[in-house]
Amino acid sequence: MATIIGVPKETLPGEKRVAATPESVKKLFQRGLIIRVEKGAGSAAGYSDEAYRLAGAELVDDAWKDADAVFKVRPPTVEEAGRIKEGALLVSLLYPERNPGLSDVLKPRKVTALALEKIPRVTRAQKMDVLSSQANLSGYRAVVEAAAHLQGFFGPQVTAAGSTPPAKVLIIGAGVAGLAAIGAARALGAEVRAFDTRAAAREQVESMGAKFLEVSVKETGEGGGGYAKVMSPEFIAAEMALFRAQAKEVDVIISTALVPGTKAPLLLPRDVVEHLKPGSVVVDMAAEQGGNCELCKPGEVVDFQGVKILGFTDLPSRMAATSSKFFAMNLVHLAGELGQGDSLTINLENDVVRPALVLHQGESLPPLPPKEPTLPAVKPVAVPKPDAKPKQQDIMSQSGRAWGTTVGGLALISGLFVLGRFAPPDFLQHSTVFVLACFVGWQVVWAVTPALHTPLMSVTNAISGIIIIGGMLQVGASLDAATILGAIAVLFAAINISGGFLVTQRMLKMFHREASAPTKGGH
Amino acid sequence: MGSDLLGVTTIAYLASGVLFIRSLGGLSRQETARAGNAAGMVGMLVAIAVAAVTWVASGDVMARQVGLGLMVGAVVVGGLIGSTLARRVEMTGMPELVAMLHSFVGLAAVLVGFSSYLNPPPGLEGVRHTVHLAEIWAGVAVGAITLTGSIVAWGKLKGTITGKPLLLPGRHALNALVAIAIIGMGHPFHLMPGTTGLPYLVAMTALACLIGVHLVVAIGGADMPVVVSLLNSYSGWAAAAAGFMLNNDLLIVTGALVGSSGTILSIIMCRAMNRSILNVVFGGFGTGDVKPAEPGAAPAGVVQEIKADELGGALAQAKNVIIVPGYGMAVSRAQSAVQELTRTLREQGVNVRFAIHPVAGRLPGHMNVLLAEAGVPYDIVLEMEHINADFDKTDVVLVIGANDIVNPGALDDPSSSIYGMPVLEVWKARLTVVLKRGMAAGYAGVENPLFYLPNNRMLFGDARKSVEALVAAVKK
Repeated sequence: MATIIGVPKETLPGEKRVAATPESVKKLFQRGLIIRVEKGAGSAAGYSDEAYRLAGAELVDDAWKDADAVFKVRPPTVEEAGRIKEGALLVSLLYPERNPGLSDVLKPRKVTALALEKIPRVTRAQKMDVLSSQANLSGYRAVVEAAAHLQGFFGPQVTAAGSTPPAKVLIIGAGVAGLAAIGAARALGAEVRAFDTRAAAREQVESMGAKFLEVSVKETGEGGGGYAKVMSPEFIAAEMALFRAQAKEVDVIISTALVPGTKAPLLLPRDVVEHLKPGSVVVDMAAEQGGNCELCKPGEVVDFQGVKILGFTDLPSRMAATSSKFFAMNLVHLAGELGQGDSLTINLENDVVRPALVLHQGESLPPLPPKEPTLPAVKPVAVPKPDAKPKQQDIMSQSGRAWGTTVGGLALISGLFVLGRFAPPDFLQHSTVFVLACFVGWQVVWAVTPALHTPLMSVTNAISGIIIIGGMLQVGASLDAATILGAIAVLFAAINISGGFLVTQRMLKMFHREASAPTKGGH
Repeated sequence: MGSDLLGVTTIAYLASGVLFIRSLGGLSRQETARAGNAAGMVGMLVAIAVAAVTWVASGDVMARQVGLGLMVGAVVVGGLIGSTLARRVEMTGMPELVAMLHSFVGLAAVLVGFSSYLNPPPGLEGVRHTVHLAEIWAGVAVGAITLTGSIVAWGKLKGTITGKPLLLPGRHALNALVAIAIIGMGHPFHLMPGTTGLPYLVAMTALACLIGVHLVVAIGGADMPVVVSLLNSYSGWAAAAAGFMLNNDLLIVTGALVGSSGTILSIIMCRAMNRSILNVVFGGFGTGDVKPAEPGAAPAGVVQEIKADELGGALAQAKNVIIVPGYGMAVSRAQSAVQELTRTLREQGVNVRFAIHPVAGRLPGHMNVLLAEAGVPYDIVLEMEHINADFDKTDVVLVIGANDIVNPGALDDPSSSIYGMPVLEVWKARLTVVLKRGMAAGYAGVENPLFYLPNNRMLFGDARKSVEALVAAVKK
């Protein structure tokens, strides 16, 4: 029987996202799944009930009831979790560490719970990685919010009424969100610098057009799964010194530093904020996990001596239409990982699904042996190793075979030399002409540009029609076999000559440079 | 024939030989190509005029009215047929035309060989007679192979003969046997006095025809660029052999030029597939001689589809777009739609360029001609070597009806049967979209890991319809 997927309306205040869009419903519907969307679930994100219905969804008052699987954005409340069908599959952000009561409710109901935040950050799972897709949006939105609260332009201005320099933006943490923030801030015209404890981030930061900041203490902060680890006290002291120095210069600080499983690191204590100019903006993207900034209050805008500290925890919800679209597509891809056709099945061997399972039929699974992260979290594009094979060979080079031809030529000449002992002199003379012509042809044709290889073939077709002369020479006085054969040869050679030259001419006329008007067809 | 006329003839033949070289040289660049073609025409006119004058001057014309009438008639009729073909042919049909013209040269060489045997030049004795017979033998053999080989190639290109290789059991032994028979029969042939050796010549021609058919039916559709180039060179060698028979230096020179041109094209095509000529001609690619890819080695990842509307938006947003056309574009005749897409995008300020792999299509340079016909300016149509470094700076790559030439496995998978083949490195672009009818493997029968990469999307459907939908989507 087809699996029924329930998509409830999000209940957390301020949460506007939804775990399915009409687009994703359509994709799931097409593979035979039944999708029940709670009435009004998408309205905050701009998706009407009607659109869901047209995409193939059933609209229901309670999406939890009788659903074999529930797709959700935020962790369910204990009350919600109590309504889930026994043995059902729950797919959502779960954060079991922060929601300890949840598993007590889910366990007796034999629920299989798939925590989206625990999907491993490997290349293959990238299209199911909601943290990446949402962080990308958050990074962008953080810049937009900062710009909205900043008292000036981001980009440099030179006007008749005066000039302003570009805003200076410091981005702390160059993960997905940080890189998206760099891109957005650069696009607005700001001068951007970024800091990250992971050495791998330097290249990515610089590729986005930002300056990479360093501290004098050498320590690499590569942690698991593309996150940074907690650093040594010496490093942190150097880091603070750097931030204090930067705070005197910059207009905007956007901090994105998270370490998985624990509270966000404190990077912007009060004294760093004190160094900022009044009117500056701090966006603390870690506000929900305790904040990178000491003065940050989750969900609020704090004004500290003229510095605005933005602690929004709903950045993706501020772009709910697009963030829902991405989130929903992540879930469609994840559903693809749970088998094809009209049902969803959990395969414990699946290396993407297994680490994300916090409960399997009500049981906690034994922890997996920690695996080394294969790739950094940021846009790992699987490119075949360029040095797997030496440089691609140069096809058009003549030199590759130059030695071969020379040796071959010499062998040919020695052959002719032997032949000269026995063959009649005129044959030898013809052979000389033949060999020379081969070499001339060899030299000339290598110069032909590959774009003209088809005209080259048709023109050689035409000039090999020179055999017409052979036919002509064979046409004699009487109507004997030799004459007739010769005449037929002339006929076919003439087809070659006129056909070859004319089609070449026609083709060459088609080739035109950008400036000239297109010429089409024959003449 | 007076000695003064002989001198004039020699000089005139030299002149047309030079003009032919100039003609091939002219094709080295677009700017000089038309002048080159014109030089070829002039050279041909000079050569025919001189041959005609020589013919007329070699005796009493009135006594040879029949011959003259035949000759003029043949030239006029042949010329008309040729010009009609040239006017009517569609650019997608160029490979067929070229193959057909090759067969004509082969046929003419066979006919000239027979004619020369039946009516030998006077005063041939001893060694010179033997040499003449050997020249006829070789010329007719090459001509016959060219003739039937080209006819089969023509049929395969046209689709009347299946493009799949036909592999007879023991075909190498068969070829060797026939080749030995051809050489062996030359011995009794040269011992026969007068024209009594004709049955041997006919039998040998039949065998050579067989070999021509057999060689080409064993070669698959996508190897056709190599085969057509090879036949191109054979047609040259056939003309050169005719020159030896008739003691005519111009035929020898021209034949040698064409022969080496075809050889070079074959070499370029083979390098572009990382294979040797012997492997193409005798190998039978992907047909059991080569181990199939390991089963279970299917690339990890999921094929992701994209719709024309979405892609149209991505194209309109892009700064740099590269289009990689393949044989599929020719098959669905999508080139005009591709030009329309190119023009629309370029009007919107998108930098659109084309990347041409040497073996894309069924004829060397085929894609360039198709795009030129559709009206794409040639300066945005680039060769592999010139554009391969630019893919990492490209936003969207459209792969239209090509497969093996964009297979990353050729660079990094030593188990792949196309490992080592130079390919277009499209996967370095931010987004690649493959326009394809279905998920079938390419000609080489190798899975293409490109389709499974996270930055690749598939746009399924007929190439022309897909591109037309893209044009509509971009215009929105």
